[in-house]
Amino acid sequence: MIVADKKPIEEIIEEIKGHEKILILGCNECVTVCEAGGKKEVGILASALRMYFLNQGREVKIDEETLERQCDHEYLEEIRDVMDQYDAVVSLACGVGVQFMAEKYHTTPIYPGVNTCFLGATEKRGLWTERCQACGQCILARTGGICPVSRCAKRILNGPCGGSDHGKCEINKEIDCAWQLIIDRLKALNSLDDYEQLSPLKDWSTDRAGGPRKVVREDVQE
Amino acid sequence: MKVKTPSKLEKVLAAGHVAVTSECGPPRGSDPEVIIKKANLIKDHVDAINITDNQTSVTRMCSLAACIRLKLMGLEPVLQMVTRDRNRIALQSDILGAASFDIYNILCLSGDHQSFGDCPTGQNVHDIDSMQLIQTVRHMRDEHKFLGGADIERPPEMFVGAAANPFADPFEIRVPRLAKKIAAGVEFIQTQCIYDLDKFELWMKMAGDRGLTEKVSIFAGMTPFKSAGMARYMKNRVPGIEVPDEMIKRMADTPKEKQAEEGIKICIESIERLKEVEGVRGFHVMAIEWEEIVPEIVEKSGLYPRPSVE
Repeated sequence: MIVADKKPIEEIIEEIKGHEKILILGCNECVTVCEAGGKKEVGILASALRMYFLNQGREVKIDEETLERQCDHEYLEEIRDVMDQYDAVVSLACGVGVQFMAEKYHTTPIYPGVNTCFLGATEKRGLWTERCQACGQCILARTGGICPVSRCAKRILNGPCGGSDHGKCEINKEIDCAWQLIIDRLKALNSLDDYEQLSPLKDWSTDRAGGPRKVVREDVQE
Repeated sequence: MKVKTPSKLEKVLAAGHVAVTSECGPPRGSDPEVIIKKANLIKDHVDAINITDNQTSVTRMCSLAACIRLKLMGLEPVLQMVTRDRNRIALQSDILGAASFDIYNILCLSGDHQSFGDCPTGQNVHDIDSMQLIQTVRHMRDEHKFLGGADIERPPEMFVGAAANPFADPFEIRVPRLAKKIAAGVEFIQTQCIYDLDKFELWMKMAGDRGLTEKVSIFAGMTPFKSAGMARYMKNRVPGIEVPDEMIKRMADTPKEKQAEEGIKICIESIERLKEVEGVRGFHVMAIEWEEIVPEIVEKSGLYPRPSVE
């Protein structure tokens, strides 16, 4: 899933302080799971903002809404009827949702309420870690199912570098060395010999490097 | 042994001599005198001089310009090149730039992570890794082609090196990793600083058993301790460096004013011992910001005078 983290409220206030009718818009998908932008977080942010404006002696309308998703046309249409009641929206969806909202409601300012971080997994409640950078050309078959692109600080395809220290990355003792994990897994799969296969230069044209990407599937288009 | 490039370093090795290299870090400024001064301190005692490439990710004068400076002095530079800061276009371009000044040696590295340096908020590139850089230089040199497939007019003639760290984790793939670099086309290896001689000898033996020491020239990396504090720092703070406790103790038991001397002594003893190790073809003496000590170490280790080759 897409993992996001809360934005500091001061930063949000700085963006919205000029507005008077604000919708806080949550998303029921990834950001709900990572507890950054679901219904609960919408409520908490809305209350905090109401308190802030009250203390400022200002009357600002703060409403709450949470959509099933903010990355699909049909769900974003659900709020079309009420959008004219607001002069700004704080979207707690990932960067995709914020932008899709902005595209759909072209004349209303949409502010991000979270920082979108990475594609990752829930290790345990309150701990999410990165697993994928969506390079568009998956190499997991060659690396024991562990991704050096997203999990090695230098995305080294023929690792580990000299900074692998007791299974940890030199940049931070909290971070596992991806190549230690790859080697451990290759051993578990009884295929450590595969380690010696040189990984060729990667084609990054399917990555961010190639420009904005598109997946076109004519077979499923209507 | 037949040489493939005009590299003096390659010729020294081919003639069967134990080679000696050292390195100079470029200044954090544009004064060429810094490089000239450092090079003059060591030039008669080494066969070639590495110029580091923004080591520890701290921004400095570029390695290529400093290598050209050495070349203008009639010296033999080893161009260190990291994959952290440049993509495959810039790397190939810099290789050609170096080749245009007849720089004949290159050391292919991934580079320290930028979080250690003066621009921790910067991007890193890592378009290719150090093994792929080895492949790239060999491709340009041997096939006379760019990565994109086009022909190179006057291709680079470079003796291709890389680093190896016998002490990094996990130890079990340290020899397979060397094999991989050899498969990528590396011709010489400069190792991480060696203090745990037993472990280094074990690594060399394992490499020798696989026939790897026949295929690549291994330079043992030597860095003298300036103080007991430095020895402890190397042990505790520098990832991938092992310093045996007895060596720390030996430094710590030495009075402060004699510690530098003791550090040099340890370094010389280590070189004497490693000279006897099968497959060690040279020494890479990295006296970090202590270049003036290199001549003494080289002389007292019996590695002076340096041979002349043509």
